[in-house]
Amino acid sequence: MYLGPVLVTFAVGAALIALFFIPHHQAQVVNAEILEWATVVYAFALILGSISLWNTHARKVRNRIEGWPFSLVTMATLVTVTGLGVVQGTGEGTVVYAIYQSVNAPLASTMFALLAFFIASAAFRAFRARNLEATLLLVTAVLMMIGRVSIGEFLWPGFPAFTEWLLDVPNLAAKRAIAIGVGLGAVSTGLKIILGIERSYLGRSN
Amino acid sequence: MSWARRLLGVDRRIIFIFIGLGTAVPLLLPVNLPITVTPRVEAAYQTIDTLPEGSRVLISMDYEPDTMAELQPMSIAIMRHCFRKNLKVIGMTLYPAGPGLVEPAMRIAAEAEGKTRNVDYVFLGYKSGFQTVMIGLGESLRQQYPVDFYRTPLDSIPVLRGVDSYAQIDLVVNLTASSAADYWIQFAATRYRKKLVLGATAVMATDYYPYLSSRQLLGLVGGMKGAAEYEKRMDLFGDARRGMDAQSLVHVIIAILVILGNVALLAMQRSGEGGGPAGPLGGPR
Repeated sequence: MYLGPVLVTFAVGAALIALFFIPHHQAQVVNAEILEWATVVYAFALILGSISLWNTHARKVRNRIEGWPFSLVTMATLVTVTGLGVVQGTGEGTVVYAIYQSVNAPLASTMFALLAFFIASAAFRAFRARNLEATLLLVTAVLMMIGRVSIGEFLWPGFPAFTEWLLDVPNLAAKRAIAIGVGLGAVSTGLKIILGIERSYLGRSN
Repeated sequence: MSWARRLLGVDRRIIFIFIGLGTAVPLLLPVNLPITVTPRVEAAYQTIDTLPEGSRVLISMDYEPDTMAELQPMSIAIMRHCFRKNLKVIGMTLYPAGPGLVEPAMRIAAEAEGKTRNVDYVFLGYKSGFQTVMIGLGESLRQQYPVDFYRTPLDSIPVLRGVDSYAQIDLVVNLTASSAADYWIQFAATRYRKKLVLGATAVMATDYYPYLSSRQLLGLVGGMKGAAEYEKRMDLFGDARRGMDAQSLVHVIIAILVILGNVALLAMQRSGEGGGPAGPLGGPR
């Protein structure tokens, strides 16, 4: 049933792997052509995403699901900003630029900044030295929190060097092991997809 | 009710007030705490500093407003460094909401160092598809970006004369809050053998330490602290150095809260009030 997409995946995947190792000019021309296609596919993904966003929120508004006025705002914003962007562009002096600088940027920054408040509250309530592992995590976290900022150096000049050692020795050893594991996992998953063993991207796991 | 139980049951809004004050007061009344330049940031600085005058630096600023507090000061500091050294800067972003931040950052840095658009720098704008663009730049810059952010054809931009792929670019700098860094390492540094410097958020910086040892990265600027170190190295007092006082105080407040929480827990256990199995962070399940 899914033979077509699986064959396309195999052909493109195998071709891209081969082209990676062939430096010949003609091979690189083919590679560039495939990349052009990929760019077009990305553009379609953006359109698909916008349609999906519209459909999801339109359904909420139609059925008056809780919070539907927010969906209405989302839909109005999508249409307005896209329309203005297409007509006026997005450069300095345009309405889209003004919306971005005065609404989008402050809102996104604020949402992210709120993390500091919740992390502080969560750390106070949940960070407990109840066993050896939790104690090790807690002590390291406190040392890093103090040692990695300017006040650590102010309290003890050796703090930056100590935290650098923590990062460069135990941390780096663990990170390197994880990176190698992730790399091998990525190669394995890539091969499974190219060879048609892994088909969950088609919408089902078998 | 014991003092320990009362302490652990404190209203979270009181904690929020402490964090709010800890952030606002140092921003309003900066004390300029000391900053030591770490070897990773020094390496990034030296990589740019030792480039010959006129070298071309491709800077991909792949972030959006949520992480601008860390990455925007970093972008401005690094670009100012490039301009001071009379390097030619080619700016771009792989994030759709990136141009709104990158364009002003380039303008601010250029104005501060007296540089002119299209002569000393160019902003290519946004292009979708991480890997596609990165590999595409190895083939043809003009194929990926026929026009720049301002709709000017690349052929009529003096700074891009003779530049059409990584071959004519001397250094790639990626400033990011995402996995874009992985792809720049895979393609620009490894496949096309370009010198690469990374600027990342603090939370992701340690993930890239192994690439420094393997020399796939020549320098790493991590988070607001890294940006503050870079500013210090350049003898600037920008947003990152201003922010470090606030970050320092908030870190101290969180550390004190964690210690207080554990002291209270210990007191409750001694008096027979506390207990229960540990959760993932040692806290209650």
